[in-house]
Amino acid sequence: MKAFAQLFLSLDETNKTNEKVKVLKDYFTNVPDTDKMHMLALFTGRRPKRPINSTLIRNWAIEASNIPQWLFEESYHVVGDLAETMSLLMPESQNSSSKTLTEWIAEINAQAARTEEERKLWLMDSWAMLDRQERFVFNKLLTGSFRIGVSNNLVVKALADITGIEAPALTHRIMGSWMPEDYTYDQLVQEQNAADNISRPYPFFLAYPIQETSEKRKSAEDVGNALGDADQWQAEWKWDGIRAQMIKRGGEIFIWSRGEDLATEKFPELHPFLNALPDGTVLDGEILSFQDGLPMPFNILQTRIGRKNLSKKILTDSPVATIVYDCLEYAGEDIRYKTQSERREILEKLQQKTEFPEVFRISSLIKFDTWEDLEMTREQSRAMIAEGIMLKRKSATYQVGRRRGDWWKWKIDPLSVDAVMIYAQKGHGRRADLYTDYTFAVWDGDKLVPFAKAYSGLTDAEINKVDYFVKRNTLEKFGPVRTVKPELVFEIGFEGINKSTRHKSGIALRFPRILRWRHDKPKEEADTLESLKDLLGEHGG
Amino acid sequence: MAKPLLEFTDRGIYCAQGKFYIDPWKPVDDAVITHAHADHAYVGHKNYLAHHLSKEVLYYRLGEINLRTIEYGETVTKNGVQISMYPAGHVIGSAQIRVEYKGVVWVVSGDYKTDDDGISTPFEPVKCHHFISECTFGMPVYSWKPQAEIFTDVNNWWRGNVENGVATVIVGYSLGKAQRILQNLDLDIGKVYTHGVIENTNEALRRNGVILNPTERITAESSKEEVRKGIIIAPPSSVGTPWMRKFGPYSFGYCSGWMAIRGAKRRRAADRGFIMSDHADWNGLVSAIDATGCECVYLTHGYTASFTRYLNEIGFNAREVHTLYGGEEEEAPVTEGEEVKETTPSGDVVKEDAP
Repeated sequence: MKAFAQLFLSLDETNKTNEKVKVLKDYFTNVPDTDKMHMLALFTGRRPKRPINSTLIRNWAIEASNIPQWLFEESYHVVGDLAETMSLLMPESQNSSSKTLTEWIAEINAQAARTEEERKLWLMDSWAMLDRQERFVFNKLLTGSFRIGVSNNLVVKALADITGIEAPALTHRIMGSWMPEDYTYDQLVQEQNAADNISRPYPFFLAYPIQETSEKRKSAEDVGNALGDADQWQAEWKWDGIRAQMIKRGGEIFIWSRGEDLATEKFPELHPFLNALPDGTVLDGEILSFQDGLPMPFNILQTRIGRKNLSKKILTDSPVATIVYDCLEYAGEDIRYKTQSERREILEKLQQKTEFPEVFRISSLIKFDTWEDLEMTREQSRAMIAEGIMLKRKSATYQVGRRRGDWWKWKIDPLSVDAVMIYAQKGHGRRADLYTDYTFAVWDGDKLVPFAKAYSGLTDAEINKVDYFVKRNTLEKFGPVRTVKPELVFEIGFEGINKSTRHKSGIALRFPRILRWRHDKPKEEADTLESLKDLLGEHGG
Repeated sequence: MAKPLLEFTDRGIYCAQGKFYIDPWKPVDDAVITHAHADHAYVGHKNYLAHHLSKEVLYYRLGEINLRTIEYGETVTKNGVQISMYPAGHVIGSAQIRVEYKGVVWVVSGDYKTDDDGISTPFEPVKCHHFISECTFGMPVYSWKPQAEIFTDVNNWWRGNVENGVATVIVGYSLGKAQRILQNLDLDIGKVYTHGVIENTNEALRRNGVILNPTERITAESSKEEVRKGIIIAPPSSVGTPWMRKFGPYSFGYCSGWMAIRGAKRRRAADRGFIMSDHADWNGLVSAIDATGCECVYLTHGYTASFTRYLNEIGFNAREVHTLYGGEEEEAPVTEGEEVKETTPSGDVVKEDAP
């Protein structure tokens, strides 16, 4: 565990990519193979089991810290991270421990079979033998939130340097569901083929945005200058659903979401068509709610995503289908090396044969001769319930991760309103102890009605200024939330707007974020609820 | 009931009987100053009373002021009110102000820390009836390590940078942190270079008779190769400026109590965060307040609400008070303003890298 704690500390101590890779390599070369795999699992988002209820952990930490509960909660708001708060509040340890990461994780897992009393005893003992930094990572293991500020790419790069295996191959080998307990380092570095693990998805190929922010609009001419001849490209709508990889291998089916969650059971409507596919087929596409042959806005799909049990009502109200746009494996062969056009041809043939064309749909190609044509078509995105347009180079292979060059997304400009900030709350992580989470309101007569929360969009310097304002203009405090003097006006951008019965304002926005701070606008000139509801008529579902 | 000896007004802490203010933030006739940081020593008062070791820094920062200085333990009487100063351990020349009238004693802490930093006169608890205390780090998550441990880390980091051929920039406030760093560096590793803002403060302190380790002011002529073998002490305002970038590649370390929290450290984007503060940590605050034996403690700046509640729960009589203190380190996010305060009225300090 000392090495793992040191790894965390060293990663925190540098902002430079090369140094981070070096730190990761140092770790890999200095720990046993089982520790390597545990670290790899943690750093690629495979959460450890959490056998102890986090409320209990919290209560025992309060007991070990010997402070009142309210002070613990206040401390948590200052620190912005539960594991760190607990590690800071406990008294310095008197003993030390030389157990490895693997041994600690095994101990944590073993708690599942213990009584509450035994768990408490074990936890108190464990805390007492770990120093502050070890205790921090240990608490992270226990509470299971591992956001480290190190991308999968960096971890893979370090591993690639050490093993001599190319990064895309490694990325593929660590996809899908595996546990460090049953996937060894030897297995990872040995020669292998995709069939070794029939559930394993391929790394997703992700498009790069053509216009990085909505302020930097790109004209048809800009796009043409950047991408060249229009006839080298295929265009499709950018569907607003759940990106998914659908696998049929060895008589079994698997549906993976982009977050590498196995989501097979969440979409029973897709099972018949997947079961009917030939073995050795992998499709890439988007899952959306459909009704009467038309896609529905994302918020309809959202209502069923979080559900554990899919009731009949949900299946009736929000039935899904998939719009497929790529084929990655055909007849058991990895065909990612083929060109976009070749893969498209294979996909079209597959789809023509399906008996479930209502569910297994294909992303139709948008016909265009010039970039100007396409720019015009793009204007219809919202009506198509699409987020914009996808551009794919006809000669492109299917690559790994987000890369510039062959896949581009040309999103529509967001809708926007000017709104007044009325509540603020402290953020987490690197925004700890700073007011960074805001609630915005628009006018309804002479009242301000809250309609959206947004966390992102301001620069660090702007956040500092808003934080300063909040601290000096607090009207009321409700736990961690502060009501602030309505004064600051921001332009809020969003991708879509829908009716909502759950919100006071009667509307719900998709992806709200701050576009800019309107220093020039007094609060009286912010938009009204009425103007928002007008957008509902134009763009809402 | 008689009026309290000290009151909180919109100009600062006021003593009506003695007709003077302590650390006022608006112009007054008589100001008693705890220390020379900008959120405590404002320009524009008619008369200033401060500790002797603050003298040259106050002149340097505030220009021509009418200043009287006294030693720790020395008493000045104003209209029957006895004013005396006791070490606060915050920075060189920082003082707690003790005010006594007809047997009632008030103490204003200013900013303070309870650990001896080896350069500021160490904090001394003063018995009083009423104690006005800061609580910048008044949360239990703040707990400082012994200074020797911190400087072992600092010196090891510096040594490593020299070995790797990268420059070392260590950032801390120009009055206080800068001298504390300077006096605790291992000078066998290399030479100490200073940003102009810091060197000006060092010079003021040297004029005041304070003996500091040797430093070299960075000028347009400074050799990048030589500077790389040493260490640069720079103020927070220099972070990320062209002035700092010209020493690249460098590793930059930030010294502050805020570095205790991972989020704050990541926000600063420092290569290294050293948890080093000139304010008392949680235990320091509680023990300092306890040692005064006061009947009532008033909390001015920092986590006042939580700290006040906690003190009341453990048996103190504590009250939260609103003041304008806390600009120096508490409002860590306000990076643009902080070094403006370092400027003298003539504004000559910041443009150090100009030829």
